[in-house]
Amino acid sequence: MTKESSAQTGTSRVKRGMAEMLKGGVIMDVVNVEQARIAEDAGAVAVMALERVPADIRAQGGVARMSDPGMITEIQKSVSIPVMAKARIGHFVEAQILQSLGVDYIDESEVLTPADFTHHIDKWNFTIPFVCGATNLGEALRRINEGAAMIRSKGEAGTGDVSNATTHMRAISDEIRRLSSMREDELYVAAKELQAPYDLVKEVATTGKLPVVLFTAGGIATPADAAMMMQLGADGVFVGSGIFKSGDPARRAAAIVKSVTFFDDAKVLAEQSKGLGEAMVGINVADIPAPHRLAERGW
Amino acid sequence: MKIGVLALQGDVAEHIASLGDCGVSASGVRSRQEIESVDALVIPGGESTTIAKLAKAFGVFDLIKSRIASGMPTYGSCAGMILIADQILDGGVDQESFGGLGAQVRRNAFGRQVDSFETDLTFAGIGGAPFRAVFIRAPWVESVGAGVEVLASFNGHPVAIRQGHLLATSFHPELTGDNRIHRFFVDQLCKESSKAGI
Repeated sequence: MTKESSAQTGTSRVKRGMAEMLKGGVIMDVVNVEQARIAEDAGAVAVMALERVPADIRAQGGVARMSDPGMITEIQKSVSIPVMAKARIGHFVEAQILQSLGVDYIDESEVLTPADFTHHIDKWNFTIPFVCGATNLGEALRRINEGAAMIRSKGEAGTGDVSNATTHMRAISDEIRRLSSMREDELYVAAKELQAPYDLVKEVATTGKLPVVLFTAGGIATPADAAMMMQLGADGVFVGSGIFKSGDPARRAAAIVKSVTFFDDAKVLAEQSKGLGEAMVGINVADIPAPHRLAERGW
Repeated sequence: MKIGVLALQGDVAEHIASLGDCGVSASGVRSRQEIESVDALVIPGGESTTIAKLAKAFGVFDLIKSRIASGMPTYGSCAGMILIADQILDGGVDQESFGGLGAQVRRNAFGRQVDSFETDLTFAGIGGAPFRAVFIRAPWVESVGAGVEVLASFNGHPVAIRQGHLLATSFHPELTGDNRIHRFFVDQLCKESSKAGI
């Protein structure tokens, strides 16, 4: 083998680097080719191909699983931007299938019904990178320890209620700030309390940030919601039901994309918030009985 | 010499940090005024279709295009390479570029994320060890016009090229902590143009 052709695939740098390229962008849930094209036209940095958006999974109930590979392949053919897809928590065979389709990122997602109530997928075994949800720093670091190359705060998917996304973003950044202020000899107990590996805890304490890109998800429905998440420190935003459950998806999608770029410019945000038609109707998270809250899935 | 990193979308912070390591204090630029105020520009990695759409939506597309055409030193990595190429192959629907660089660039030429890779490259113009290059859904250069210098190739495809004040790489030096290519841009392209009084 010549030196020139010795390419290494699936390294941490390649997996985490892919998420770096998505920063400042919006990743949109799409259920068919038409929606995928609308998302791409609106300036999405990637699409998440799935059969039902979280709002419908919530409304219809039942077991939610990986999408039909045929549908994912159709979406891959129809757009030139990256295509992500979801596997159930712990369902490593769904992940193997998604990898064989060549999806660009796998979301091991609490939006689907978990397949394993003890173990998450061992993500180091894959060439394809994974994004995982987290509600706090300990959970994020456990997922990174299992090989996640990107984290998204969970929020509460399919609600259009941004309050949990806020809670989770604040929890993660508060805990990072707390670690940064600690003496080195206090980090051992902090690691125990966070139920996270000491080496990762120490790394976060030193750098003051997660070792991977942090997006927000779960309940983002308006340009202002997306911009607030960016101001709270998110690197980018996932929008699920918020776009295609609204009155004018193409317009809302484009407005959210622009609002993520100009998240700190209220004049642009005001302009982008005008005349978007109806937002998704939404459910208050407080009205969802506790066992039906998706953010509580994952451990 | 003020260097801006186009901050519409992508890994802006990494480029600012790499330039910082070269002793240059760079900043993110989004607005017309910010883009007009810089002497040189870096277009980061990201999603090229998104960056082009945002540039159009916020009315800076033609400004960037004309500044590149009139000699502003510009470096594009990955998406940035696509955006400064005269011609894009396998682009999105009606995808446009700022252009300037006389080359045809094929988008996602190395494949999807499952094919993304890192490797050692020999890069003409920088000394020392081979450069560890990270390719992510990367483009390659399909063909170059007159006056375009190939600085690095991988498996027969040019992956780093220069034409006067323009530099482009298929890969992401900003992800590796090795700032030799950023230094090359600052020393060879930016300083040369400021000497020439452009």
